Amino acid sequence: MSRLIVRLRRIAPLVLAGVVAAGGGAIMLRAANAGEPQETAPSGLRRLTEAEYRNAIGDIFGRDIEVAGRFEPDLRVEGLLAVGASRVSVTRGGLEQYEDIARNVARQVTDAGRRDKLVGCGPSEEDVKGLRCAHAFLTRIGLRLYRRPLARREADALAASAVDAAGRLGDFHAGLAAVLAGMLTSPEFLFRIDGAALAGGQLDGYAKASRLSFLLWNTTPDDELLAAAGRGELDAPAGVVRQVDRLMSSPRYRDGVRAFFTDLLQLDELGALSKDTLIYPAFTPATAEAAREQTLRTITDLLVDRDGDTRDLFTSRRIAMTRELGPVYDIPVRGAGWYVHEFPAGDPRAGLLTQASFLALHAHPGRTSPTLRGKAIREIFLCEKVPSPPANVNFAVVQDVNNPTLKTTRARLQAHLDDEECASCHKRTDPLGLGLEQFDGAGQFRATEHDELIDVTGKLDAIAFDGAAELGQRLHDSPEASACLVRTAWRYANGRDPRADDLLDIARLNRTFVGASYRFSALMRSLALERATDGTPAAGRHAAGGKASKSAGKFS
Amino acid sequence: MTPSWTSRRRFILRGLLGGAGIGVGLPLLDAFLDNNGEAVAATLGGGRLPVRFGTWFWGCGMIPDRWVPKSTGVDYDLPPQLAPIKAVQPNVSILSGFDVVLDGKGNLPHISGNTAVRTGAPADIWQAIQAPTFDVLISDAIGAGSYFRSLDLSADGDPRTSYSLRNGSSLNAAIPTAAELYAKIFGGDFHDPNKADFKPDPRFLVRKSVLSGVGEQRRALAARVGVGDRARLDEYFTSLRELEGKLALQLQKPPPAEACVIPQAPGRSGGDLTDVDARRTHHRIMAQLLAMALACNQTRAFNMVFSTAASDLRQAGDTTGYHQSTHEELIDRKVGYQPTVDHFATRSMEAWADFVSALAAVKEGDGTLLDNTLVVAHSDVSYAKNHDVSGIPVMLAGRAGGKVRTGRHIRASGEPISRVGLTMLQAMGVPEESWGADAMRTKRPVSEIFV
Repeated sequence: MSRLIVRLRRIAPLVLAGVVAAGGGAIMLRAANAGEPQETAPSGLRRLTEAEYRNAIGDIFGRDIEVAGRFEPDLRVEGLLAVGASRVSVTRGGLEQYEDIARNVARQVTDAGRRDKLVGCGPSEEDVKGLRCAHAFLTRIGLRLYRRPLARREADALAASAVDAAGRLGDFHAGLAAVLAGMLTSPEFLFRIDGAALAGGQLDGYAKASRLSFLLWNTTPDDELLAAAGRGELDAPAGVVRQVDRLMSSPRYRDGVRAFFTDLLQLDELGALSKDTLIYPAFTPATAEAAREQTLRTITDLLVDRDGDTRDLFTSRRIAMTRELGPVYDIPVRGAGWYVHEFPAGDPRAGLLTQASFLALHAHPGRTSPTLRGKAIREIFLCEKVPSPPANVNFAVVQDVNNPTLKTTRARLQAHLDDEECASCHKRTDPLGLGLEQFDGAGQFRATEHDELIDVTGKLDAIAFDGAAELGQRLHDSPEASACLVRTAWRYANGRDPRADDLLDIARLNRTFVGASYRFSALMRSLALERATDGTPAAGRHAAGGKASKSAGKFS
Repeated sequence: MTPSWTSRRRFILRGLLGGAGIGVGLPLLDAFLDNNGEAVAATLGGGRLPVRFGTWFWGCGMIPDRWVPKSTGVDYDLPPQLAPIKAVQPNVSILSGFDVVLDGKGNLPHISGNTAVRTGAPADIWQAIQAPTFDVLISDAIGAGSYFRSLDLSADGDPRTSYSLRNGSSLNAAIPTAAELYAKIFGGDFHDPNKADFKPDPRFLVRKSVLSGVGEQRRALAARVGVGDRARLDEYFTSLRELEGKLALQLQKPPPAEACVIPQAPGRSGGDLTDVDARRTHHRIMAQLLAMALACNQTRAFNMVFSTAASDLRQAGDTTGYHQSTHEELIDRKVGYQPTVDHFATRSMEAWADFVSALAAVKEGDGTLLDNTLVVAHSDVSYAKNHDVSGIPVMLAGRAGGKVRTGRHIRASGEPISRVGLTMLQAMGVPEESWGADAMRTKRPVSEIFV
């Protein structure tokens, strides 16, 4: 078993080192699938991602509460922040930031304009110091923040602390805010703590509620889910099914789907993406933000609104469109707001690979990179690992964009493909990326480079394609690509890489997905049901799934 | 994880500071101790001034023939790429010829070199590092007693640009803009050390006591997680104790700092920070703010990243950035080197000169802030074209309160660059006799720099 290869994708510059170097450089392909089985005990401690934190605050206290400040960066491991969340802790600098953000949230929750609605009580004649009020508020909010009921002792201590602080500060609500800020800084809030990781550990209803809610809604459990947990309804499969159905039929399910694809496609990186505005004047920070939203809307249009075949993401001509993106796509954009645009048959644009988010993210600030794009296709959609180039490489020919005889990127790349060491990896990445060369580093269409027609033919493994739309069709038809999506979704839901004994589950999940005509909802539903029974005694586990045969357990 | 280097000894400094006799609890700076534990007082000014430590990083190295001085010792010659440091040369030492020893490990571009300089052993990925970066060991030792144990800064606008890690999944994220740096230092929690009156603010006391309450959950929480997760919980609670300690400091009158002047708030950093001119300007503003943070005793340790490993610098409008140029640019036969690469390497040294000048510009005691500081600058490679990790360039600035000699070129011949890390640890009083791992384990500091 080759060792687990982990990359700190989230630490951009370090990655940049490898990635930028790969732009035309030699890379060696280590035979490995992303996130291959690991044998260490799975973690039961996941730090909330920035998105999860923001959603939780918005859901608990209202969307008008501003979450201001910089979060400790999340860590991307083998392509997923969800997996990195099980590796990180909180640094001293990070905790300062969390405390800052928390105090700011708590101040807003208790300010004069909101306290009536959010706190709903205060000191009174019967409750002179407000102890009862603090107790009631902190008990109620504690359930939402910690995603479990507070023990009586806990609530007593918090309420006493609030009254003590109020005395020192001479202000009841300031005291309440101080304690609330402490709760928001507590590991009980900042981490999802999952008892299943303990030896012999068993999931209680509240842990199941969290798993369901974060997977399907990307946020903390709502009152109804917590109440179901409190009534013990999540201890029985029927109760879990009922909640999964409820969560998936809600408009909030869209947020769960968006969160998965944001992580998968690394769309969070668009926030930090900058392009050279002298070279790509059409691409501004607003373009990057719109490109992210476009991809997510296009995905939910297909997978949620129309419950379509997930593989069509690679081929669909339907795309969400808005005014900001008109210049990049070079189409007249009608009206304000978002609408669905359909590219005509024969248009070079079809599917995810031809969207500005993908094309711009996997390119340099001032030019394209077939290698980066090919690497992204291999890693994100085929679960292959493309390593960094070796140190001593001569890149000169590859990157001389003004080379008089080698005018196109393809010609320049071909020159160094003649080098055997480089070729071993570039044969895997470049042909795919070259299929997208009709789109520049900002995602704009171009037929020529230095007045020469761009050749976009290539092969995905043995099967030929001509252009991005056909490459998308090859991925659509690839069983490896659909199996990769299942595996990544499993890693996303579980926040870890699979162990050997998980492979049967993943294979079964894959069969479910194929059997359900590749509907993403079927995949999410299976994952949710599995996650809400995992770690419970044998009775409930795999009740609906049946036994998987040994051969099916082999991951392809 | 409760490493011994988090211990915080404290002592009472009694003396005449700022004209008034006061007794203030101050941490015992290990830097004041020599290896026998005897106090070596910094004698500048009216009282003991703290000794600070920091790192300065730039990506993509240099062209050895145009950077390494020919002569050694004092008054070394300045080859073209070092010309920008002329004004600060007496404050800057050059360390050349120190190598990363790969010892059969692969050379992962821009990572092996950097991890080896920082942790004393090369790693393929940052997540696989076996030890904290040396700046963390030093800030753990000297950082107590000032509000920030360390200020980690990056001039590129990205908080993830940091080479300061406690372990592979614990990155000390950077403050990435001048505006955020200003808000962090001189924002709401700032106490002017030279203000005559001081009244403890009960809000700090309340914050501290609330966090103590959070700390009381530790045992109950540990029982709810698996063995593998305990270390991560421990790290959280170490951070929590640290924050409580900071808030406790806020309840004491800060000792006066004669050089402390509250600067003007900078404007928002605009424009494309990958452009080398914009980057240099932004970096200079951050350097000046950092200098004042040090003078105001807000921190004693810092990391500054000027450009990323595999440098992200560009000239606006060029399709090819610095990093790509290092690999692609043909050597100009007339001059014998890569002209664009030479340009960016020289610009990086201008930024280093800006940084040293910013510290030297602050008068402190009979000397300058720089005299009471030790800064080590380094890159991730030497000759970037082939990611060479032998002879990775290192520069030192400042006298560390009189402990270190400056202004000389020390040439090694292929010795492990972990000697530099060990030297920094010992200069700052971290009691380590050896440092680094495997082929890079060393017991030999660069003793030439010690007074």
